Amino acid sequence: MADRLSRNRTRTAWLFLTPMLVVLALVAAWPLLRTIWLGLTDANLLHLDDSKWVGLDNYTGKGGLLHDKVWWSAVRNTLWFTLLTVSIETVLGTVIALVLTRTFPGRALVRAAVLIPWAIPTVVSAKMWSWMLNDQFGIVNDLLLKVGLIDGPKAWTADPGLLMTSVVLVDVWKTTPFMALLVLAALQMLPKECYEAAQIDGVHPVKVFFKVTLPLIRPAVMVAVIFRALDAIRIFDLIYVLIGSRESTMTMSIYARQQLIEFQQVGYGSAASTLLFFIVALLTIVYVLVGRVKLGSD
Amino acid sequence: MPPITTGRVVKTSLFYLLVLAIVAFAVFPFYYAILSSLKTSSQLFDIDYFPVRWNFGNYVGVFRDNPFATNLWNSLLVAVVTVMVSLFLGVTAAYALARIRFRGRGLLLMTILGVSMFPQIAVLSGMYQLVRALGLYNHLGALVLSYMIFTLPFTVWVLTTFMRELPKELEEAAILDGASPWVIVTRVFMPLMGPAIVTTGLLAFIAAWNEFLFALTFTLTNNERTVPVGIATMSGASAHELPWGNIMAASVIVTLPLVLLVLVFQRRIVSGLTAGAVKG
Amino acid sequence: MAVAKLVSEAPVAISLVGVGKHYGKTKVLDDINLEIRAQEFCVFVGPSGCGKSTLLRMIAGLESITTGGLFIDGKKMNDVEPSKRGIAMVFQSYALYPHMNVYDNMAFGLKLAKTSRGEADQRIREAARMLEIEPLLHRLPKELSGGQRQRVAIGRAITRHAKIFLFDEPLSNLDAALRVSMRSELARLHKKLATTMVYVTHDQVEAMTMADRLVVLHAGRIEQVGPPLEVYHRPRTQFAAGFLGAPRMNFLRGEVTAAGSAGVTIKLGDGTSVTVPVSPEGIVTGARVTLGVRPEHLRLAAGTGEHQATVQLVEDLGDHAIVHLETPAAEGRLLAKVETSPAEEGATATYELPPEHCHVFDSTERALTRLA
Repeated sequence: MADRLSRNRTRTAWLFLTPMLVVLALVAAWPLLRTIWLGLTDANLLHLDDSKWVGLDNYTGKGGLLHDKVWWSAVRNTLWFTLLTVSIETVLGTVIALVLTRTFPGRALVRAAVLIPWAIPTVVSAKMWSWMLNDQFGIVNDLLLKVGLIDGPKAWTADPGLLMTSVVLVDVWKTTPFMALLVLAALQMLPKECYEAAQIDGVHPVKVFFKVTLPLIRPAVMVAVIFRALDAIRIFDLIYVLIGSRESTMTMSIYARQQLIEFQQVGYGSAASTLLFFIVALLTIVYVLVGRVKLGSD
Repeated sequence: MPPITTGRVVKTSLFYLLVLAIVAFAVFPFYYAILSSLKTSSQLFDIDYFPVRWNFGNYVGVFRDNPFATNLWNSLLVAVVTVMVSLFLGVTAAYALARIRFRGRGLLLMTILGVSMFPQIAVLSGMYQLVRALGLYNHLGALVLSYMIFTLPFTVWVLTTFMRELPKELEEAAILDGASPWVIVTRVFMPLMGPAIVTTGLLAFIAAWNEFLFALTFTLTNNERTVPVGIATMSGASAHELPWGNIMAASVIVTLPLVLLVLVFQRRIVSGLTAGAVKG
Repeated sequence: MAVAKLVSEAPVAISLVGVGKHYGKTKVLDDINLEIRAQEFCVFVGPSGCGKSTLLRMIAGLESITTGGLFIDGKKMNDVEPSKRGIAMVFQSYALYPHMNVYDNMAFGLKLAKTSRGEADQRIREAARMLEIEPLLHRLPKELSGGQRQRVAIGRAITRHAKIFLFDEPLSNLDAALRVSMRSELARLHKKLATTMVYVTHDQVEAMTMADRLVVLHAGRIEQVGPPLEVYHRPRTQFAAGFLGAPRMNFLRGEVTAAGSAGVTIKLGDGTSVTVPVSPEGIVTGARVTLGVRPEHLRLAAGTGEHQATVQLVEDLGDHAIVHLETPAAEGRLLAKVETSPAEEGATATYELPPEHCHVFDSTERALTRLA
């Protein structure tokens, strides 16, 4: 039974929310619904206006996604990419974070240096690494040859067998700072008493890390891992600029765009985009539910 | 302090070696890009690890052979307008979400956050049609509009979290002084939210500056292109020869101010990023 | 419940009729009926959680009123915006705008009300003079001490030229010495401004010294309304009796052995009896009652006598002593306030229960009316 004053407040709330909600509806809700709808048609980029309803054909039909080998390899690539990058970034990020928790002269500079890869626009990173990975004039080949790790120049951005390695390398370079920051934040929130107690007990630092630190930062790190994973599944920019639409690194986003823009199959490409959306949404919901359950049981 | 033993000396040296390795790994590509940008096209064929000669030809070339200046201007314009619009929409929404209790508030906040999980490609075709319908195709306005999809969620989230912390009595004193909600937001709250506004502004700026897919899809002519697309499409005299010198110069030009921004504001940026993730 | 009225015939500034507030099943305030006269200094006092702040905020318009009507100057104000009710409020945490200097803090409300620059400046300077904060006008709140901030908060309220001032525990954040001086300042201000002031506090010293009338609140209901000394000497409920006075009034449980026109005779836990001149209405023999007597009325003497007790502890505060007594008459300790303790710890002492200073409360915790 709200009186006039609280009803006024509620009205004010919705008034203030409306501009943002309108924009969000325009920019997120409507386009998403449109994409889902387009996925159920045979729309084509050249004649968008006369598209016919095809129902779930784009998904389950003869030429549908579920039967498309390229789609499935895109899915595999994406999952493999996600697994590799997130695990490497988490481990490296934790190492860097641990280093940054120790006070040493120049620590602020090191932290700033570590942030640089994150600050550089993705496209620029891709170009910089493209140059470094160039098969003829790239410094990476030169360095590896000099050190003796390879016996001939490798085509990092052309050889199908090496593409995934290159892409993972650049993504790890670019995103480890982010993971390092998140882990660092988690480490800095830990109570110092644990360490002091361990120190007094004379426990070996490595043991302290695995038995004390790691379990305590696990919740925060898991959050970071989920965020990163959801990001990795959606990846587009880096791979497109570094490699292009080559099949061995094609991720779901790249696949969808290729269908949409290059092959002009708006209906089919929208179906792929929709699938990607639902996969991400599903993972998000699962994570939220699992998180709720865990909190509930605490 | 524990005694200085050979064991400790070894451990400390290993530690600093690790630090060096980390810094080298992080900074080398940028360093090498600077190096390469200072070479002439013939010198590019030689691989150097240290600067041997300095030549600024590429920096001239990048502006001469490409509409790079236009790209820079477009990126700047889009980023600044995006930040301003995001902040306006974010601050107003944050007031409602942080200071007023109403049914569905929690769910709404979660939904807004959820939008940040959308794959860009999933809204691409819909956005494309919207952009055409609004007559914004090949217009920078299309970018400002489409960028809202990723700036609004975290802007609203960070500003809401911050606004929640402001004392209730301050708002009540303002109400008793006769302040309308708009006055409260602009004249009482916003002056106190400097740090949050700077943080979200920075993050929004970096995100807008960085964006590639929408910029690639919604602009057609060179005059409307932003820096990421400009760099990605830089082509040379022949079809297969990329003007690496120019590209590296462009990379350095674009990256230097960003690196400086990040160095100066690292604390703000870090707290903004971690607040989002850790609280989530 | 009868509406409490003041003897004087000043017009009613604030009137609360059947006012209540509840969230779902939780009742925060229930059946509040109160009339506050113009220029009165009315204090809402009670323990934390009793609803006194909520009631104040409902008058201000910062909390909604679930049932009943609020009338200011005879007009119903339930749905009127806070800034249009003709009130000004001083908060416990001062609530000064941190980014504005003192002058702008005091000018903010006036600017929003579109007061002319000249008029606003005049009001601000006048208030600053009254509160002796003129030299602080260009400082920021963070550069001020707690007491100075409190003055600015009061100054901000004064500039509004409101007819009603609301104070929400304004002195709680100040240290003891400052609180004493601010108390007299506020009393002086009240006389000077001659406005109605409604003041909320949990501190009974503030309540006793500043109020024209007290409103004692407990668990969302009014326990008693009246001038401080009246509530002190003639408490109508056991709660009001126990709330005012430090150390607290002693409560002894007893059983009624006789009830007649001369009063009510009560037998206490140690077998002794006392007859108190209170109305026997509604009291039957055998009824369980509570006898209340304040520590300063328990006349102590050494040795043995009718009411006997053992001295457990003597707390000597220099100008008076508090003696803790143990006796089967009371369940807990009896506290006596004397100039010096007549007996040492461990010794036996006698105390008096002077009937004229005794209060009797029935099983519903209501005080029995005094006879004559």
